Amino acid sequence: MYVAVKGGEVAIRNAHRLLDDRRRGDRSVPALTLEQITGQLALAVDRVMAEGSLYDPELAAMAIRQARGDLIEAIFLLRAYRTTLPRLGPSRPLDTGRMRIERRISATYKDLPGGQLLGPTFDYTHRLIDPAMAGAEPIEAPERRPCHPDSNWPRVTDLLGDEDLIEPDGEGAEEPGDLTRDPVSFPTDRAVRLQALARGDEGFLLALGYSTQRGYGRTHPFVGEIRIGFVVVEVDIPELGFSICIGEIRVTECQMVSQFTGNGSESPRFTRGYGLVFGQSERKAMAMSLVERALRAEEFDEERLAPAQDEEFVLEHCDNVAATGFVEHLKLPHYVDFQAELELLRRLRREQEERSRAAQAAGADETREVAE
Amino acid sequence: MTKASPLPDYNFAYLDEGTKRMIRRAVLKAIAIPGYQVPFASREMPMPYGWGTGGVQVTASIIGPTDVLKVIDQGADDTINAVSIRSFFQKTAAVQTTTHTNEASIIQTRHRIPETPLRADQILVYQVPIPEPLRFLEPRETETRTMHALEEYGLMHVKLYEDIARHDHIATTYAYPVKVAGRYVMDPSPIPKFDNPKMDRSPALQLFGAGREKRIYALPPFIEVKSLDFEDHPFSIQRFDKPCALCGAEGVYLDEVITDDRGGRMFVCSDTDHCQSRLTQGQGPTGPLASSGEEAGR
Repeated sequence: MYVAVKGGEVAIRNAHRLLDDRRRGDRSVPALTLEQITGQLALAVDRVMAEGSLYDPELAAMAIRQARGDLIEAIFLLRAYRTTLPRLGPSRPLDTGRMRIERRISATYKDLPGGQLLGPTFDYTHRLIDPAMAGAEPIEAPERRPCHPDSNWPRVTDLLGDEDLIEPDGEGAEEPGDLTRDPVSFPTDRAVRLQALARGDEGFLLALGYSTQRGYGRTHPFVGEIRIGFVVVEVDIPELGFSICIGEIRVTECQMVSQFTGNGSESPRFTRGYGLVFGQSERKAMAMSLVERALRAEEFDEERLAPAQDEEFVLEHCDNVAATGFVEHLKLPHYVDFQAELELLRRLRREQEERSRAAQAAGADETREVAE
Repeated sequence: MTKASPLPDYNFAYLDEGTKRMIRRAVLKAIAIPGYQVPFASREMPMPYGWGTGGVQVTASIIGPTDVLKVIDQGADDTINAVSIRSFFQKTAAVQTTTHTNEASIIQTRHRIPETPLRADQILVYQVPIPEPLRFLEPRETETRTMHALEEYGLMHVKLYEDIARHDHIATTYAYPVKVAGRYVMDPSPIPKFDNPKMDRSPALQLFGAGREKRIYALPPFIEVKSLDFEDHPFSIQRFDKPCALCGAEGVYLDEVITDDRGGRMFVCSDTDHCQSRLTQGQGPTGPLASSGEEAGR
């Protein structure tokens, strides 16, 4: 006889033991090392760091291994760890103009100071599964360019800004809000919005960005510039009175040059859509910049009809850790509420049956009367 | 692994003291404005959103070393999520736990209120998935906050009226909306409406935590909690025709358990502690254990 779910503790323990076993797989195959994951699955590590909001490749690799390659699960692990860390303070704004560039492309200019630099990209590869991937063939060392410390890579938006052809970037708040420390209230400011998007789900933002291209909140975007590389993180130390460098992180930045605005009094200018993501993730940075621009509709008196322009809709649903939790919670027991629904449904059916039986009886009476 | 475990030693009850203070402030505000949803900076917990992170954060913020904790899900102490949350607090706070309602000082619950009446020295912590009672009528938070501020609850009454027009009944059987002290309309969390009357003027403090939605609300002890209804359609709770098939309890909420594939089913207490205590007191079923082939409510 079944009486509730007995023995939950034993069941959980055994389930987790089985999980450990499946995670490890065939014991005769060497276990994955963190170096293998950070080195050879680097883009997965980057995604986990970006959406986990924590820049630590080694921890991200541990999370990926623990999650058996389920990246949203790995992001969740990293986020749960991140919560326990003290928040020491904000860094100085990253100066992406001084980035140590690995890749830099512009779709708006054929050539520009610093030039176009393809870097390690999938673009223009033919998507044919490479038989070499089944083995461990030696890989040639890459071509290298000398790095000049004084080389100049001005941002496309700065070049446009010099001519006043694009809206200024604004000074921004003294210290940006932190949505992990303060509840979001709508409408938010741009800093909080960008923060939410930067840790938002890549797939969700990709679909929303795509929808703006298909007419649901069009923004007429041009990729002003995408740059990937290392930037220095500096922190002000009040006791010292100056800032110090605490390290270098790899980021991907996308500056989308979008639909211009202007009216009688103001001269027309391009507007900005901005994307910045930890690691190398061009897709995410581009999608983010499309959605960011779409969310600024109100600022430019644009009609807000499309999902991508709806701040509450986008920000409330872009977090994959929240989304997966709530979707998956449906597998928790709900039998108390289900019982309540069953009871009502049975009652409604019984009442309807009684009504239709009464109606039939009345109908039969009438027929008899007519026949008489 | 290439380095020693970087994982930190966790604070008592997992959350750091700063976070606990922030949550306690939200709790105090919630108690001061009964039924009002206080936004708080919900943390990412080591269990998924939607699995009780709000309740866990509230419990973690109020629990002390001398507390005795009970955790139930669907009324039962031994459902898997209840077991998991209980062992989380055993691990992180090393507190004493119990399955007996009358021994607990804090009871964290999902979807039920215990059958045993609560006392003034007990706190009931609810896990809440969607704290906004108006959410399914108006999806926008900006709108619903304004509606609460203006006490504009007409939409809710229209919804309940439409139910009556269509089904001759209010078709809400759980998460049945209540009005607190004549002011805020509040979601009681997805408890069956059977449990709603237990909230009214309860001597225990009742706290509600919604982690994913970042809201805390509260019912101070002895506050008036009224389930919404109409004069000609007064609020009523579910009734079961039979007592519990195990302990014979009447006037309690029952789970329907399917015993075979030929329509056999039995009804047993949803509150496992209540059922167990009655059995140990020597109470038994009044009828046969399983009544095969009979449908509920007939």
